Amino acid sequence: MKKEYVMGNGAIALGALAAGVNLVAGYPGTPSSEIIENIAKYKNGNVHIEWSVNEKAAMEVAASAAYCGARTLVTMKQMGLNVAADALMSLAYVGVKGGMVVVSADDPGPISSQTEQDTRMFAEFARIPVFDPSSPEEAYQMIQDAFDYSEKYETPVLFRPTTRVCHAYASIETPEDTHPKAYEGFVKDSKKWVIFPRLSFQNHAKMEQRNPKIGKDFSSYRYNQVTGSGKKCVIASGVSYAYAKEYLKDHAEVRFVKLATAYPFPEEFVLHALEGVEEVLCFEELSPYIESALLKCIGANGLPVKVSGKLTGHVPVSGENSSESAASIIGAFLGETPVSAGIDVSDRPELPIRPPVLCAGCPHRASFYAVKRAMAGKKSYFCGDIGCYTLGNAMPLDMVDTCLCMGAGITMAQGLHWMDQDATCFAFVGDSTFFASGMTGVVNALYNDANMVLCVLDNSTTAMTGHQPHPGTGRNMMGNVVDKVSIEKILEGMGVTKILTVNPLDLNVAVAAVQKCAELSGVKAIIFKSPCVAITKPAGKVTISDKCIGCKKCIREIGCPALIIRDGKVTVDETLCTGCGLCAQICPVNAIGGADHE
Amino acid sequence: MNKDILLCGVGGQGTVLASKLIAAAAMREGHTVHSAETIGMAQRGGSVTSHIRIGDDIGSPLIPFGSAEMILAFEPAEAVRNLHYLKPDGILIVNRTPVKPTTESLHETGYDGVKEITYLKTKCNCVVIDGEALCAPFGSARYLNMIELGAVSATGMLGISEETLLAELEAQVKPQFVETNKKAFLAGREAGRKNETE
Repeated sequence: MKKEYVMGNGAIALGALAAGVNLVAGYPGTPSSEIIENIAKYKNGNVHIEWSVNEKAAMEVAASAAYCGARTLVTMKQMGLNVAADALMSLAYVGVKGGMVVVSADDPGPISSQTEQDTRMFAEFARIPVFDPSSPEEAYQMIQDAFDYSEKYETPVLFRPTTRVCHAYASIETPEDTHPKAYEGFVKDSKKWVIFPRLSFQNHAKMEQRNPKIGKDFSSYRYNQVTGSGKKCVIASGVSYAYAKEYLKDHAEVRFVKLATAYPFPEEFVLHALEGVEEVLCFEELSPYIESALLKCIGANGLPVKVSGKLTGHVPVSGENSSESAASIIGAFLGETPVSAGIDVSDRPELPIRPPVLCAGCPHRASFYAVKRAMAGKKSYFCGDIGCYTLGNAMPLDMVDTCLCMGAGITMAQGLHWMDQDATCFAFVGDSTFFASGMTGVVNALYNDANMVLCVLDNSTTAMTGHQPHPGTGRNMMGNVVDKVSIEKILEGMGVTKILTVNPLDLNVAVAAVQKCAELSGVKAIIFKSPCVAITKPAGKVTISDKCIGCKKCIREIGCPALIIRDGKVTVDETLCTGCGLCAQICPVNAIGGADHE
Repeated sequence: MNKDILLCGVGGQGTVLASKLIAAAAMREGHTVHSAETIGMAQRGGSVTSHIRIGDDIGSPLIPFGSAEMILAFEPAEAVRNLHYLKPDGILIVNRTPVKPTTESLHETGYDGVKEITYLKTKCNCVVIDGEALCAPFGSARYLNMIELGAVSATGMLGISEETLLAELEAQVKPQFVETNKKAFLAGREAGRKNETE
């Protein structure tokens, strides 16, 4: 055995490898991205790993591999499960042969997501089991259990860590060598693998008969645990259990329940845990899932137990829990007043706010600025998308009018166009997002004859989630160099007639390209091509000469974090500047020099 | 040993590496360690924290308010922002050099960190270091993390020996940068010592 200090996502990867996983596929999304990176780092032997083009593709690749009897892992963030839902909902009816675990990482807060959706609800909707780890150590063990249950019941299972589990670090003891499982291979059987209404009818009935059995099985599951005793009970799951434990570690007079398998609900276990209990507090994040299931269970069994939680207003309905909220909520439930141990900071001075911004030298800043300048004074709408470039909404750029979900900018630009044909409608999409879910939107625009300007912000990486490769980078997760998929050729093949590729850091050329496309009708595309500054060597640094008249136009126009005011003068923060030279092209008196684009 | 240590600063200041070194050094000395990092969008110029929890009996991956033995603050406003994590008798190591948010260049509020340092001195036991001056000989603010690490080591309250910290530094920093990082660590240690005797 060896010890590895890894984040929760690393623990999940090590657990999957220890379980003999054969194939791992996913799409990057915070907080799930590092699982696949850790699989690549620690794998031994023949494990196929891929960043799929999106979550649906990942789910399908893993599904058919699991039909072969192989163990497969799919990773995504919670909203990725919406993209993959079509595949998963049907797969739940068909089932699998090898163990298939779908990791969908939830993000209470939300910290880096658009929604606070709850994967446990999805599990019930899809009628498949879900596992809910409360720490990295538990995640390591639990994902191995998840593979076993998946195989035992021939169903895909969900595994849902949350951000604080994914991003917490712990020491994991794991075998020196792991070995992918031997598997049988695909055995043709159209009555099993081809979904038809008749098969769905039969299998739906089987699933409903099976699930109470899984609930019964889960009643003796090792991570569904009870400690303490008494008439008051706290039920928690996931990281909320860890927060509650901080408060309850010296409270043996309180029954404390950890529920690691929310669905199928382990009724026998819960009924046993509630013997003699009069009041229960459900302490959970996102949806009141356990609370609702508990109310059903108590109602069906006619128990005289009072339940409180989110539905009764005792636990906040949104946002994440914490040790502090655990102390105040559980304290109030027990009739205690928790003492505040910290320093009183109620008199602290007002602090500067630090909204996240595009990095100094980020080519997205230049792309947005080129469009902004080209369209100054003209009625235009700017539809943004998911990625670093959502930050183009910040002042002074203010170039994102809408942002909804992956790929939506392209189609939303069309909706705005149909409702307001006087306006020029722009869609901004990153290279990875274009491959993930942008292409169908372009075809939609062509087919329905919309007018729009597509701006592909091609920085040759998936920057926001940690620089994962994608089909346009020419590199895959097996470490192979592959042909780059050309965005330009895709657009050309679809029938986009005007496609311009420009370097956004060459401001005048970029502005001219935008002006040209804005004048034409139909679907036009500009590919703003310049690599992410986080993965390229800086070009140098700009310098500001004494010609500077202090007009601050550079700061007011582009808001680059490397341009700061020191002692009343505009100066360059040399640790941040990459020498992109955009500011030099904006300075009205040519006071900025030293970069490539002088 | 049970010890909670919080690191805070602004995305890009190198808190993550400093946190990794402390965690790894504590493990090298046989302790159980848990930690948690800010990951994602906030790394781009936002406020970031690293929570390190040393000891066996850990519930939450995040340090509860009022229970950190020490805070390593890379920036004055971030020190104030996270002060509620500190135990009343804990110690704060803080860099007095402010990092102005980009919004500051657009709408000046006059933030310079001075008011914050004064406030911190009235609230807790603190060691103030001049990050800008200490980084100057190295030609880059990127050495601030090693300077902070040296300063915290000088307090003697970390519970991890200097040898172990330096051994981890050697193990985790790219070979060509080890010497300069060691020098920065020692400069930080001197600064931490001087400050205590003042």
